[in-house]
Amino acid sequence: MVVWTDFERTTIQAIFSKIDYAVVGQAAFSRCLTVYPWTQRYFGQFGNLYNAAAIASNPKVAAHGKVIMEALEKAVKDMDNIKATYAELSTLHSEKLQVDPDNFMLLGDCLTIVVASQLGKNFTAEVHAAFQKFLAVAVSSLRRQYY
Amino acid sequence: MLSKKEKDLIKEIWERLTPVAAEIGADALLRMFASYPGTKTYFSHLDISPNSSHLLSHGKKIVLAIAEGAQDISQLTVTLAPLQTLHAYQLRVDPKNFKLLSHSMLVSLACYLGDEFTPVAHAAMDKYLSAFAAVLAEKYR
Repeated sequence: MVVWTDFERTTIQAIFSKIDYAVVGQAAFSRCLTVYPWTQRYFGQFGNLYNAAAIASNPKVAAHGKVIMEALEKAVKDMDNIKATYAELSTLHSEKLQVDPDNFMLLGDCLTIVVASQLGKNFTAEVHAAFQKFLAVAVSSLRRQYY
Repeated sequence: MLSKKEKDLIKEIWERLTPVAAEIGADALLRMFASYPGTKTYFSHLDISPNSSHLLSHGKKIVLAIAEGAQDISQLTVTLAPLQTLHAYQLRVDPKNFKLLSHSMLVSLACYLGDEFTPVAHAAMDKYLSAFAAVLAEKYR
């Protein structure tokens, strides 16, 4: 059972209410494909991912970034039940998409960096740690159905 | 592998950050301690509270070492030789922790540089810090 402090709850909810899902989703997902190019292996049908510029302007990448943020929002809306919320998504990633679960945190790290550059000084060490914890819970829930 | 463009970019960024080495280094350490509390166990001999003089001077040391390595990345093994010995025989920090500090450092850079910390710069920096960590751990065994 994850125990959230009041600070962590309000911090996570505040961050997600502040950010633009389309912008942040596109930035984080395209950053992941650029910084960790091996993650492109799951996106052969996305077209041109040849270099940073191509990834940054790819409309399928942008659309998928938004999908990811909307999925994260589901976890934010019910922080005490993330395991249950993500059970189906976990099965999907494991059985259908067959994504190596070690990749989940790569995307998480890129999202952290995008949020950090948006919030600047307001992304203090404490806010950062709360965000890291939320992502760790999300990733762990996504890993659950793998066997 | 780091391209020449990436090496130049990395060198340029660290040169620019040298004047604020203490601030960046302390920020990265604080983030690491907050996100990964296990890392605090290596610093029981220091006062690592925010803004402490220990934190600032230690942060400065780390950033200056990273900046020095960036001056000539092809010579990393030579430049880091004394630090390799220090970490392997004296400090014996589990090398898994290098990744944690590297990530925290990238977040500090993102906060400090904002939009300038582009995906290309981020990729180059991540590669450099990984190489730095790998060289640092070379004498461990």
